[in-house]
Amino acid sequence: MEKLPRIVITGVGLTAPNGNNLAEFRENLLAGRARIQEIDVRYMGKQPAGICDFDATRYQKRRELRTSTRAGSIAIYCAHEAIFDANVDFAAADKSRIGVYVGITEHGNVETENEVYNISLFNNDTKYWTHHHNPRTVANNPAGEITINMGITGPHYTIGAACAAGNAGLIQAAQMLQLGEVDMAIAGGVSESPHTFGIFAGFKNQTALAHHVDPNKASRPFDKSRNGIVISEGGCLYVLERLEDAQKRGARIIAEIVGWHINSDAGDTVLPDPVRQAECMRAALKKAGIAPQDVDIISTHATGTGKGDVQEMISMREVFQNCPTTYVNNAKGFIGHCMGAAGTLELAGNLGSFEDQLVHPCINIDDLDPECAIDGLVIGEPKKAEKVEYILNNSFGMLGINSTLIVKKFA
Amino acid sequence: MTAEEIKQIVLEIVADIAPDEDLSNVKPDVKLREQLSLDSMDFLDIVMELRKKHGIEVPEADYPRLASLDSCAEYLAPKFAEKGK
Repeated sequence: MEKLPRIVITGVGLTAPNGNNLAEFRENLLAGRARIQEIDVRYMGKQPAGICDFDATRYQKRRELRTSTRAGSIAIYCAHEAIFDANVDFAAADKSRIGVYVGITEHGNVETENEVYNISLFNNDTKYWTHHHNPRTVANNPAGEITINMGITGPHYTIGAACAAGNAGLIQAAQMLQLGEVDMAIAGGVSESPHTFGIFAGFKNQTALAHHVDPNKASRPFDKSRNGIVISEGGCLYVLERLEDAQKRGARIIAEIVGWHINSDAGDTVLPDPVRQAECMRAALKKAGIAPQDVDIISTHATGTGKGDVQEMISMREVFQNCPTTYVNNAKGFIGHCMGAAGTLELAGNLGSFEDQLVHPCINIDDLDPECAIDGLVIGEPKKAEKVEYILNNSFGMLGINSTLIVKKFA
Repeated sequence: MTAEEIKQIVLEIVADIAPDEDLSNVKPDVKLREQLSLDSMDFLDIVMELRKKHGIEVPEADYPRLASLDSCAEYLAPKFAEKGK
């Protein structure tokens, strides 16, 4: 088979609960600063959640914001920031050759819940149901809003992949670039989940919704007292290009995407399967052509649920035994679970390690659960690595979807 | 309700729908969509807000009657009167 083109990351645009660009996000991860707040959730009262405070009017008029979805606004913000970060001459770019691939955990629940509530105020008369419902709830909405806002005429769609969606968006983009379907991609994941009560109620009744008197301590993956997920919004989109194209335009190359894999548990709807997770990681390592020992940082999925964390660590210990120089972390203690954006945000939080070799810590592990212990787990304070050449990013999701993405320092 | 009051009600709805627009110089005899950036979905918002806020129904066949502030006032006056306004 002909050797496929190499794919590189040349720009990052993000909004996380604790940062509205990569530098701010990274600084807060290294400094151990979480930002989770209590929000008022319809029918449920105060709940911990991660909310972003980016300036939505930077790239959207107020009129556009009125009809846009929150996921669309987050996507638009991240896409502009990514293109800016990549230093693309966007005015001169061939917009028909740009693809937009946005991972989502879910979409449309926010608008649907709002409208069900709205018509309940009018005796459930559907003539009061908004005509904006369908364009807001079609599954391609966040990606489509990017194309309308930015005048991109290439392909756009979302990738529905539960909490593996961010990785899945990047993988789709890398594949489309390798196939020559597009010349540039804006890809990653977004989430608007805290604006729906359903996800809170669902997790609560699944006994998987986090609670703590201090919201900033509610998300505590791998800690003995963890009690579930903190639901957060966020977005993280990358500019991806073929290496040759990036070099031709003199782009700064942040990292190369060298391996990936997605597989399915084909078992339980919510309980992860360590065997399949391990298979997923091994397949990604094989694609990257590296051994487990070559990985310098593993960004874990780490939802903070009782069983999920244990299952993940079973697979991790199986694949990464005897890896003395491999560090392990996660960002969910800081920002909660950004759902569709989680994978790409968490990867982004580690990209700076290629430059400074610092591995950001996990926080809120006051009492490490022995069942979640693994060599190299960075707790509380950043660690300085000897070298950082490979970062492996795991994201797993409901219905048993597993994703692993491996990026390499570009040299 | 006077014609001017009806025009003001419509303008308040338009202000919510098109918050970036300067409404200080809207010409009452010119079509709203010719002087403001309003698309068909925005126009449907005017119909929806009249329904929600004022209980006024505008059948699709009558949508052209909402084209300008003057035509709105003329068309809506009897409807507001029916509501006792």
